[in-house]
Amino acid sequence: MNRSTFPHRLLPWLLIAPQLAISLVFFYWPAVQALWQSMLREDPFGLKSRFVGLQNFQKVLAEPAYINSIQVTAVFSILTAFFSMAIALLLAVQAEKIVRGRGFYRTLMIWPYAVAPAIAGMLWLFMFNPSFGTLAAIPRALGIHWDPLLNGTQAMGLVVAAASWKQISYNFLFFVAGLQAIPKSLLEASAIDGAGPVRRFWTIVFPLLAPTSFFLLVVNTVYALFDTFGIIHAVTSGGPGKSTETLVYKVYNDGFVNLLIGSSAAQSVILMVIVIALTAFQFRYVERKVHYG
Amino acid sequence: MQRRNLIAVAAACFALPALPAVAQTEISWWHAMTGANAEVVEKIAGDFNATQSDYKIVPTFKGTYPETLNAGIAAFRAGQAPEIMQVFDVGTGVMMGAEGAVMPVADVLTNAGMTFDKSQYLPGIVAYYSKPDGTMLSFPYNSSSPITYINKDIFTKAGLDPEQPPKTWNEVWDMAKKIKQSGAAPCGYTSTWLTWIHLENFAAWNDVPYATYGNGLEPGGVPELKLNAPVFVNHFQALADLAKDGTFKYGGRTSEAKQIFLAGECGIFTESSGGLGDIVKSGMNYGIGQLPYDTDAGGPQNTIPGGASLWVFGGKSEEQYKGVAAFFDYISKTEVQEYLHQKSGYLPVTLAAYDATKTSGFYGQNPGRETPITQMMGKAPTENSKGVRLPNLPQVRDIANEEFEKMLAGEQDAQATMDAIVERGNAAITEAYGG
Repeated sequence: MNRSTFPHRLLPWLLIAPQLAISLVFFYWPAVQALWQSMLREDPFGLKSRFVGLQNFQKVLAEPAYINSIQVTAVFSILTAFFSMAIALLLAVQAEKIVRGRGFYRTLMIWPYAVAPAIAGMLWLFMFNPSFGTLAAIPRALGIHWDPLLNGTQAMGLVVAAASWKQISYNFLFFVAGLQAIPKSLLEASAIDGAGPVRRFWTIVFPLLAPTSFFLLVVNTVYALFDTFGIIHAVTSGGPGKSTETLVYKVYNDGFVNLLIGSSAAQSVILMVIVIALTAFQFRYVERKVHYG
Repeated sequence: MQRRNLIAVAAACFALPALPAVAQTEISWWHAMTGANAEVVEKIAGDFNATQSDYKIVPTFKGTYPETLNAGIAAFRAGQAPEIMQVFDVGTGVMMGAEGAVMPVADVLTNAGMTFDKSQYLPGIVAYYSKPDGTMLSFPYNSSSPITYINKDIFTKAGLDPEQPPKTWNEVWDMAKKIKQSGAAPCGYTSTWLTWIHLENFAAWNDVPYATYGNGLEPGGVPELKLNAPVFVNHFQALADLAKDGTFKYGGRTSEAKQIFLAGECGIFTESSGGLGDIVKSGMNYGIGQLPYDTDAGGPQNTIPGGASLWVFGGKSEEQYKGVAAFFDYISKTEVQEYLHQKSGYLPVTLAAYDATKTSGFYGQNPGRETPITQMMGKAPTENSKGVRLPNLPQVRDIANEEFEKMLAGEQDAQATMDAIVERGNAAITEAYGG
């Protein structure tokens, strides 16, 4: 069978060659370079370089700013993943109830996903600008001194809001699909037995959505960790102080603003290890534990 | 704005190969200018190309100052460096550390058979872009100096004399309080670039040291920051106190505060002279004064140049260097410098252009436009006012900005802030020197 499909031994290799080439050029090559760079001490122009082994890693891990950045990343990722998923689930459940114009609402819900992260960041930045932002009037009316330029908590709130808003559409789409896969007979049976809508949701819908939720949890964590650079760059640039400097932002800032190439490379290698660990965790553990109905 | 420029640049890149091949030497010029200043770049390059047919200057917009510097560094590492790159003032230390990557402008000019007469240029600016032995390393293209802008309407409303901008920092604090208390405006004072204006220029203008070893300009050792001296602490404590009730309003780390001033929210504003274009455009009834000084110190001394200069990369052909030299010769011309100065608010770099602007009556019609020049050239610079040069000044600025933000948010007082800047800054400087 295989023989007849691939008459030559080389053909399968040829067919996957483009994919291999892309992986080599765009992933393995830069990854190996980052690994090599992370063990060098170099001036910005690369005129003088010296092999220092794991010294860059030692320095990075001993840096208080790096520890702060880990905390910031944890808070940011958890909040972003939670809010984007919780709101998307709520919206998906509500959208399911609509009989007329369901397609119209769904289409509208999906639109924000098409907005580029930097643009999303700018939108939120303008809406909540303390001087002329339209929505900045709301916290002010509530008696809150709104100043995300100086207040770290408010700045974090703003980037979490922008990052979550952008991801809600994506989550919404998956939750809608997940909801449609739940057999209506189960819901009807429990309704006949006297279970209200809230109870039906928590005992039937929510557990049956577990595979979707787990998948989204992984996707959202990766999104919050790596895809939100544009939002943070546009809204806060890591400030005020270092209160919104995530790990990815710090890699950029140390490498491209402070020109500490070795330290920046070491940080990106650490990030690479985190991604590999997350992916391995997803495949080895999460995928097996989740019950796919 | 930037996006549009990028598209224009991208379009230009695609259009280039379509041009007929001429025996012309192309010289690329990477820059970071936007808006009115980008138009000046295009016009100067276009005019130069029209005056002769041997060389063609191709200006390319590369993003903000740090982005341009980074693009140049990355291009150098890949062996694709442009001939000319615009580098902002704080990147000067980075470029100076890259001996072998750059070609000193003095050499470019003399190799091309031109004489470079230093006495023709504004001394403070040339000194800033020279090696300690006096060799000029980069060509000063756009230099600016921080000045005070006031909103005259707000001054009148607050019962202040609109013809008397504040001269000292104490006057700024008092007037700002009066503006706020009288209700003439929601805020009294705001400023762009706290690091450039309130640290680097504050030190030079008041003749107090920023760091040891002549603020890093003198060889011999690793400079140590001197920013927690009482004069700095008192200054920033005053700022922090005014921030509590909004008399001082923080806009951001770079030039974001310009929007606050343009919106009429604050009466007094310190900003680069290069920011004048937008203020003129807004139609505001504005006044200009020199940068305020601190009465507890030895000022006013002289301010240090900001803005950017043009660096030439090494490893190019002799023909290309000749073209670069011809271009630098062209932009040193009095009429080109006059145009640059009057259109953009940046300083002229030659004395002839300054004199020509003076005799043309431009300063008479535009009062205040001479202020950035006189405050930079008024006195011969001292050890404290030649400039600040650290191999990682952008990083030190970042550290200072982070600590300022904590202070203005009320998390720490000025003493703790300045101590933290010195401690973290010194560690970063030692590291940058290879410690």
